[in-house]
Amino acid sequence: MTSVTDPTAAQPQKVPDPALLDAGAEERAAQQTPFRRFCRDFFASPVASVAFVVLCCILFIAVFAPWVSPTDPYDLAVVDVMDNRLPPGSTSFDGSVTYWLGTDGAGRDVLSAIFYGLRTSLFVGVASGLIALLIGSSVGLVSAYYGGRVDSLIMRIVDIQLSFPAILVALILLAALGQGVEKIIVALVVVQWAYYARTVRGTALVERRKEYVEAATCLALPSRRILFRHLLPNCLPPLIVVGTVQTASAIALEATLSFLGLGLPITEPSLGLLIANGFQYMMSLQYWISVFPGIALLITIVSINLVGDQLRDVLNPRLQQ
Amino acid sequence: MSVFIIRRLLQSLVVVFVMSLLVFFGVNVVGDPVDMLINPEMSQADIEATIRALGLDRPVHEQYWHFLTNALSGDLGKSFIFGEPALKLILQRMPATLELAFVSLLMSVAIGLPLGVYAGLNPESRVSRTIMAGSILGFSLPTFWVGLMLIMIFAVVLGWLPSTGRGDTVQVLGISVSFLTLNGLSHLLLPAFNLALTNISLVIRLSRAGTREVVHQDYVKFARAKGLSSNRIVFVHVMKNIMIPVVTVLGLEFGGLIAFSVVTETIFAWPGMGKLLIDSVQNLDRPVIVAYLLIIVLFFIVINLLVDLTYSLLDPRVRLQDVKA
Repeated sequence: MTSVTDPTAAQPQKVPDPALLDAGAEERAAQQTPFRRFCRDFFASPVASVAFVVLCCILFIAVFAPWVSPTDPYDLAVVDVMDNRLPPGSTSFDGSVTYWLGTDGAGRDVLSAIFYGLRTSLFVGVASGLIALLIGSSVGLVSAYYGGRVDSLIMRIVDIQLSFPAILVALILLAALGQGVEKIIVALVVVQWAYYARTVRGTALVERRKEYVEAATCLALPSRRILFRHLLPNCLPPLIVVGTVQTASAIALEATLSFLGLGLPITEPSLGLLIANGFQYMMSLQYWISVFPGIALLITIVSINLVGDQLRDVLNPRLQQ
Repeated sequence: MSVFIIRRLLQSLVVVFVMSLLVFFGVNVVGDPVDMLINPEMSQADIEATIRALGLDRPVHEQYWHFLTNALSGDLGKSFIFGEPALKLILQRMPATLELAFVSLLMSVAIGLPLGVYAGLNPESRVSRTIMAGSILGFSLPTFWVGLMLIMIFAVVLGWLPSTGRGDTVQVLGISVSFLTLNGLSHLLLPAFNLALTNISLVIRLSRAGTREVVHQDYVKFARAKGLSSNRIVFVHVMKNIMIPVVTVLGLEFGGLIAFSVVTETIFAWPGMGKLLIDSVQNLDRPVIVAYLLIIVLFFIVINLLVDLTYSLLDPRVRLQDVKA
């Protein structure tokens, strides 16, 4: 689950090029692993460091939601309707629990519901991102490697798909497919794969002309091996950057669709659904039911985007010395 | 040029054909067509009669042909809820959506351009930094949540603006519009701002980048050396030159506005096409869903075609490249 945002994933292909380093730096580089250099570059920005720590906390909460939540919001034995719509900081009817962020219309603890909601939202976002990455990068690699008609056909499809806004494509699909976790993942994969395909193709076209691919071809290695063992690792840096940004937008899109009642079913409450549930109480100024899940969503999206921005700067070879 | 137009038109036709296939198979093959196209409250005899009338007992390729000819003659079925032709319902709601989209487009220029130019002219000032940080937030904030916050702040807490509906409308050329009445305008303000938010950020970024580039150009230095007032330099020399990318990008974003209006219309109960779609999905009013999907796909294909043709007129490199490929 953490692999999309894990900076170590960028590490294998970043071998320092000795020709680029001067004599003094060469000595220092000898003690530096590529991973350490990557970390030093990444944590040079305080904003990105904070975002990374926040993101780690969010991931921790999402993975361990059942253990870190004060109450289980979906255990009917624990939830008491007498506690419904309590403002933040109030104690429960029987005095046993403090609801730091208040309770919703059914008497559930908003904080616990947010923790469980983060779990669902991140799962949907990351799962769809990974599947789209797999499909998109395979298609992009094939397109770049074979070129010609295959390439122009695939890229025409990508162009046409990208000319429709993501939300529209997802709406069309979900209106036809209906609700469900697997359905929204399918919709998000369809929306995202084209971005990965285009990114990988662009990088792979440059990489394909390099000597190591020529050498591999001369050794008569099978195409599949050249594609996945030689080309793909070298296309990773831009892929990781696109991956983080796409995951953030997938989470936002899922929240929007769930808010509209088209995404997840009521049994799998993501952040978007929590916000939708609180909407009706907003008119009577019971703001906390909608506002806090929204802030959680905002923090998640902003921290992923900030980490992604920093990854782009660090992984961009043009910005390195 | 004509080669390019013909190629591009053919491509659009192919996309229309593929999309109609997708929508048809989405409704008739993935789902149960009887379940999807027939009102569940009908009697058994009625259901059988409708199956025959819809041709659902015939082979799939004949059904598709039937669907296609019906769609081409403008017959996309009747709504279960309203009992009116689906196409008519959607066309009735289209002006409201277009009005919202246009006003939000205007708003993004009216708010984004001055802020962006200011940030470009004073890149180091604290106000500029706040503007730029705000524009990042504009990209990151989920639109629907901002909509809820706007309703809470301006409609519930402050009570300044209404939160739902269209308000009073005036008939102009047979189309009802809201922006000509004060009441309608107050209804329009919040949803249009909500829809414009992403584009405001976009315009801020574009016009800031443009301004920073343009102020170092020779003609701006010359205008300054000539002793023109800085107002004139900014409004005539700088503004004119940064408008080109801004207008281009906003033209491209117009389709996105129509798509995103689904969200805004649902939040603010704005009676447009998008709200009709969401209502229809919730009421399982399938003929309206199918009709909406076909119309919006067609709409987008036309927008994309127009954008590409305009581009090829403005930039000869586009069509030359395409003819060679």
